[in-house]
Amino acid sequence: MSERASVPKEDESAAESEQEPVTTGAQSVIRALENAGTDYVFGVQGGAIMPVYDALYDSDINHVTMAHEQGASHAADAYGIVTGDPGVCFATSGPGATNLVTGIADANMDSDPVIALTGQVPTEFVGNDAFQETDTVGITQPITKESYFASDPDTVGDDVSEAFALADAGRQGPTLVDLPKDVTQGDTEVEPGTPQTPETYDVPEEADDADVQEAAEALAEADRPVILSGGGVIKANASNALREFAMEYEVPVITTMPGIGSFPEDHELSLEWAGMHGTGYANLAITNTDCMLAIGTRFDDRLTGGVDSFAPDAEVIHVDIDPAEISKNVYADYPLVGDAREVLRQLFDAMPRAPDADEWREQCQEWKSEYPMTYDTPDDEPLKPQYVVETFSDMTPDDTIVCTGVGQHQMWASQFWEYTEPRTWVSSHGLGTMGYGVPAAIGAKLAAPDQEVVCFDGDGSFLMTVQGLSVAVREQLDITYVVLNNEAVGMVRQWQDGFYEGRRMASEYPWIPQFDKLAEAFGARGFTLESHDNVEETIQEAREYDGPSVIDAHIDPGENVFPMVPSGGDNGLFALNEAQLDMI
Amino acid sequence: MPGPTPDERMRPKGRRNTQGIRVDPEAEVTHEPRQAVLSALVKHRPGVLSEVSALFSRRQFNIESLTVGPTVDEDTARMTILIEEPEPGIDQAKKQLRKLVPVISVSELEGGAVRRELALVKVSGEKPDDVNAVADMYNGQAVDASTDSVTVEITGSKQKIDAAIEAFKQFDVQEIVRTGAAALERGPNTLEKDV
Ligand SMILES: Cc1ncc(C[n+]2csc(CCOP(=O)(O)OP(=O)(O)O)c2C)c(N)n1
Repeated sequence: MSERASVPKEDESAAESEQEPVTTGAQSVIRALENAGTDYVFGVQGGAIMPVYDALYDSDINHVTMAHEQGASHAADAYGIVTGDPGVCFATSGPGATNLVTGIADANMDSDPVIALTGQVPTEFVGNDAFQETDTVGITQPITKESYFASDPDTVGDDVSEAFALADAGRQGPTLVDLPKDVTQGDTEVEPGTPQTPETYDVPEEADDADVQEAAEALAEADRPVILSGGGVIKANASNALREFAMEYEVPVITTMPGIGSFPEDHELSLEWAGMHGTGYANLAITNTDCMLAIGTRFDDRLTGGVDSFAPDAEVIHVDIDPAEISKNVYADYPLVGDAREVLRQLFDAMPRAPDADEWREQCQEWKSEYPMTYDTPDDEPLKPQYVVETFSDMTPDDTIVCTGVGQHQMWASQFWEYTEPRTWVSSHGLGTMGYGVPAAIGAKLAAPDQEVVCFDGDGSFLMTVQGLSVAVREQLDITYVVLNNEAVGMVRQWQDGFYEGRRMASEYPWIPQFDKLAEAFGARGFTLESHDNVEETIQEAREYDGPSVIDAHIDPGENVFPMVPSGGDNGLFALNEAQLDMI
Repeated sequence: MPGPTPDERMRPKGRRNTQGIRVDPEAEVTHEPRQAVLSALVKHRPGVLSEVSALFSRRQFNIESLTVGPTVDEDTARMTILIEEPEPGIDQAKKQLRKLVPVISVSELEGGAVRRELALVKVSGEKPDDVNAVADMYNGQAVDASTDSVTVEITGSKQKIDAAIEAFKQFDVQEIVRTGAAALERGPNTLEKDV
């Protein structure tokens, strides 16, 4: 949707047929984005970024005004996850830039491609504590692949091109370009070059053939092999290669949480995802494997629990595009540095035979029947959150995109929804950012307008970025928000009950608004769910409404997330209920 | 019907140490910290030093000294970084450094690399001859003198400088500045490509 207003274009047809030469730094910035294929930019206006917005006025790039810059960076992040291409966000200097920071840090932790362009005070004021000045490069340097300070109208376009290419290259991640107002206002006729990564940035493609051969032989020798598929598999568009490999050699597949969707959860070989709240069978398999082919994962502590007990008997084959991930948290016996899709292809060809693992696969199936993902029956009142998620999952097509906030609802959404396609799970993993859901769903919907988008949120998370509803309403985005409302920051309350003797300090929120009415106030449709009786029909109504809707689902406030591996614990010793927490 | 309780589940015997390395539970291996001299070629531009030092502080690498200065190529600077870490930490430090965009190459210099540090020591000027005599012992040189003070320059290994400073204490040390180590590989090897 175009947001240009007021001044009619003088000559629409001329602008369409041929690009005008650039005359300012700002135009060069926009040209760089156009050259890189940008369709959408998420942002908020402001003094220092105004020249860039002014240049955007003449561009075909769509701009989505967000209600808060945090939302701009999350929307760009989700856009990047769903499309695979960098999402772009704009903010003005000072508070605009600092509001972006959470989303940038989030993208950094999850290796999501995002480019952030921030306004900055004119160069002559930089360092003088001028109005709305902050050291944006200094603040963001540790949470980006690189933060650039643009210093010249002649090179600013290239800075943006490079930032774009860098965000997308190798292990994806966020980059930032800080744009002083005089630089964007300054005259230039220099067109930006094609996006290129900096010369010091090497991206490995294929792994060494001899190393691949050794790794393949180790895997073929294994008695209890597993594949651990991380978010990197999705980023590398390697999901198909993974499926082919796993099915050909019949190796059970566990995903990490960011890897959800890289392998179909309804397939026999799938053990779904492992980690703190992963399935019992995935955690048992990961604990007992003797050879793990780990691809595109950084062995986050929510996955590994305590490393001392993580896959303690396993030889680890670690495929990653980032050499610094090799042996960072878990030692790799067979490091394979390269693009996941390429390396999977190499491994496919190098495998001497399938591992002889019938017994192991049977064992895995047995664990599936011993530890099914269940909850108390849905006829139980009050309403069970798992039932809401499961029902919704059953009603929607496979390519439906699920976004979430952070907390218990995020875990239920990952446990009880059945994921079969990559890029359909959009969540904040590494940073665990409450408030991610509302704007992420906006980014996801714009990235995939033909796919259904649902956002499961918690009441706490929803409140953090609820203002984003105004954007969803303005853009008429067909998103179904489901607030799994337990009148608490439930995940914290669960930990307080489990590990702090039930001292519920600051975790209960009995004063939250009526979310259905709040939705209506924003111009969205609001629904309330109080029992399991009308779950299906309410979901159906919300789905059918052509625009954003919010279902305020009053769920059992006593419901907790299980299985659970306590922080730093042993994955194999997951607890299935509160009582088992005391046993481990 | 839930499956076996935690204590009844299948589990292997193995274990990893805190560095994620599989260990024989009978014979625990720990990696003792050692000193490593890292030499990095970086783009000579504003912000590089803070990027590198922020990396070290953020990742909690124990940094002993960090020096930086331009090379013959005016667009390139060389950093010498001394860290003390267990082996996996040293490996990580190198890899993380290589990831930084302005970093051109990184290598660890061998134990025998030429390592020098410079110190300027300002002491009381009451006994200039005695100060000179001590400076001589450490191949040092007085570089400034006034009625009240003498400033001596000393270069050498960290140990030599530590010893010299100890010796100068008899003259009432007023101020000290030390650079931290600068180092180069012995022989014809130069640092252009990653080693
Ligand atoms: C920005 C932010 N602040 C605080 C936290 C700590 N935290 C983690 S989960 C959680 C509870 C989330 O509550 P809610 O969104 O209501 O979801 P629920 O757990 O109830 O499903 C909190 C407070 C966080 N992850 N992010």
